[in-house]
Amino acid sequence: MSEFFAMSGYARYLWPSFGLVLGVIVLNVVLAWTSLERAQVQARRRLEMRS
Amino acid sequence: MSWVWFHRFGSPPWVYGFARRWAPWFGGVAAIAMLVGLYGGLVLAPPDYQQKDAYRIVYVHAPSALLSLMIYTTMAIAAAVGLIWRIKVAHAAAAACAPIGAWFTVATLGTGMLWGKPMWGTYWAWDPRLTSELVLLFLYFGYMGLRAAIEDPQKADKASAVLAIVGVVNVPIIKYSVTWWNSLHQPPTRLIGEADMAGNMVWPLITMFGAFGLYFAAVFLVRLRAELLRRERNASWIREVLT
Repeated sequence: MSEFFAMSGYARYLWPSFGLVLGVIVLNVVLAWTSLERAQVQARRRLEMRS
Repeated sequence: MSWVWFHRFGSPPWVYGFARRWAPWFGGVAAIAMLVGLYGGLVLAPPDYQQKDAYRIVYVHAPSALLSLMIYTTMAIAAAVGLIWRIKVAHAAAAACAPIGAWFTVATLGTGMLWGKPMWGTYWAWDPRLTSELVLLFLYFGYMGLRAAIEDPQKADKASAVLAIVGVVNVPIIKYSVTWWNSLHQPPTRLIGEADMAGNMVWPLITMFGAFGLYFAAVFLVRLRAELLRRERNASWIREVLT
């Protein structure tokens, strides 16, 4: 198992690369949902003010 | 075959409903494909005879790079459609693309630097491929900055669309930079036909390409919904979709 994580001596380049992309993937999902929720809250507020 | 069905993509409420229905499916399939691709790339694929295990960075670097180019091209096409036919959904689609594309350009540059250090001996060189990819990041920033700087949404749509269309010239430059100029970056790798990689290295990469494409579709559709809600604030269909 430790051999797998060592990645023939390239672990310090390989795992940060995977970590960076995983971070971008998660961050994009979080930012997209946050953006949608904010837009929905604003839209609901506008509807309430109008009615 | 009738092309009338295509007109529905110009209708904000229809697109909103489409995005709400399909985003979870794209996201679910992307997650499964990503896990399969990662297992294939990290566990099943053998080490490269020259680069050893360092080459495995390709399983996140190449899909990120492809996505950074594909998203910019999608954004430019959507911007052109919006500009020519004055379709509001197209401008919303272009706006939804930009932040996702910018993040994947950051991922491409970051993973490229981490791959470059052990292979080239440096994190960064002013190489044609690296420099043109950096220009792509600045184009994304420019597009988003321009949108944010103009208060009138219609003017912002027009100005940013022109920038997106002009900037698309950088996409073939990035693609062919490794063949047009001397570059530290390796030339394009053939994945099908007379492939440059062994089959057990190729299928995880193709799976990751598919997974990243589906992932983009899912996140894009969520962002598109947010964009449509903001733009169509006074439309009657908003009440229907929110209740």
